[in-house]
Amino acid sequence: MPEPIVDAHDLRKSFDANAVLRGVSFELAKGETLVVMGGSGAGKTVLLRLVAGLIRPDSGRLRVFGRSIERLSEEALLPLRRRMGYVFQSAALFDSLSVHDNVAYPLREHTSLGEAEIDERVVRNLSVVGLSSEVLPLLPSELSGGMRKRVGIARALSVEPEMLLFDEPTAGLDPTNSKLVADLMLELRGGVCDTAMVVTHDVELARTVADRVAVLIAGQFAALGPADEVLSGNNPAVQAFLAGGAGHGAAGFRAGR
Amino acid sequence: MEGYLRRTIVWYGGVGLLTRQVFRSLALPPKYFLLIVQEIEVMGVRSLGVAMTAAIFTGMVFTIQSAVNMGRFGAESYVGPVAALAILRELGPVLTAILVGGKVASGITAELGSMKVTEQIDALRMLGVNYIKRLVVPRVLAALIVFPLLTVLADAVGVLGGMLIMFLERGADIYAYWNITTYWVVPKDFLTGVGKSVFFGVIVTLIGCYNGLSTEGGTEGLGRATTATVVHVTMAVIVSDFFITKLFLTLFY
Repeated sequence: MPEPIVDAHDLRKSFDANAVLRGVSFELAKGETLVVMGGSGAGKTVLLRLVAGLIRPDSGRLRVFGRSIERLSEEALLPLRRRMGYVFQSAALFDSLSVHDNVAYPLREHTSLGEAEIDERVVRNLSVVGLSSEVLPLLPSELSGGMRKRVGIARALSVEPEMLLFDEPTAGLDPTNSKLVADLMLELRGGVCDTAMVVTHDVELARTVADRVAVLIAGQFAALGPADEVLSGNNPAVQAFLAGGAGHGAAGFRAGR
Repeated sequence: MEGYLRRTIVWYGGVGLLTRQVFRSLALPPKYFLLIVQEIEVMGVRSLGVAMTAAIFTGMVFTIQSAVNMGRFGAESYVGPVAALAILRELGPVLTAILVGGKVASGITAELGSMKVTEQIDALRMLGVNYIKRLVVPRVLAALIVFPLLTVLADAVGVLGGMLIMFLERGADIYAYWNITTYWVVPKDFLTGVGKSVFFGVIVTLIGCYNGLSTEGGTEGLGRATTATVVHVTMAVIVSDFFITKLFLTLFY
């Protein structure tokens, strides 16, 4: 069996006295979409940031693309990060740069492509996320929330990632835009990038895109398994979360991280 | 009290670690040199007005006060060198560092801090960009050029402003004034002042960058960080000035 893209074992992470993750283990295989669900402040985003190497675990093993990253320096992490695309909850577009320059940023930074080639790739990436070239000269502040999110995805695709990490891809979007983003995620896995890890509290999204679903409650996975099994299972804690969580998702309510 | 102590230690440690990272990341890729030029414009050119206004008025007030009060014990003819020494050794570098430093560093904190709270710093890191090289090192290198240059200009404007006010208000003879000034002031006086400004430029910029990069707590935290930068910069310049002066007096007297 080939080595999984992410292999996490007994990850723990605390902020001051607050133990956010208390022993999380999972694997993410090539070609798989894992959705991690949990309430606000449950540590979903912390888990995603650990996988991306943006923060370090207090203990536990974490292998990404076959390399142990728990103690890697920032410098050593940079080439690994270029193999993944991170879609931020707030899209995190560079607000002083136009849409074009945002999507072109990693290309200009890491490749010696000419402007013509960069333009072509930018337009192609934007068309993958369903945006026309009309948005190219706009600044992020001139875009709607749903468009911003899609530009964020297009920028993440610019590095030609082998794995996409989604932080709350539908948070703050209306149902129509949420559906669009979910459909887009399905399209992506059929085409440019087939492996993804998604953290969300949106049950609808999980139903649409997940192969496997994990539910994070009190810093541990209360359930981890195939999507339909977990979502329709009979673990009382999970069912309690899903019953309440659906309402959260529709209202787009979120506090803290 | 314990929380305060802890925050203070974390702050000094953080600035120290950032300094080490900056020195390790000094080798910039050639395409970043344009960033240095841009920063020189943002930090230097746009601070000219503030720095020069402060310099000329400080030079004038210091000189006129010296003239009036040194006149009380018959030493008015020595006003020229006294004012020039004060400006070259202290007022020029320190006032420039406090004013320009406060302006520049709080601007840096606001910019990097808003990038931090909107996850743009993390976005850079996720795109495989070394954010120290991209955001901090060009600013530090620009400061190495901007602060000494502004200090030299402030020195000149301050001394000339003093001379002007002596001529207009006290009827001093310009030739005599200039002669006695250049007789007593030596290159060392000028160079130690410029040397200080290099040091001030680096700590001021590092403080601005550190406070920006360590911003937490959304827009409210951003406001706190920016205010803190102004205080930190002022304190850092005033306190470190004493120790550098002591060091320079020991080394070069």
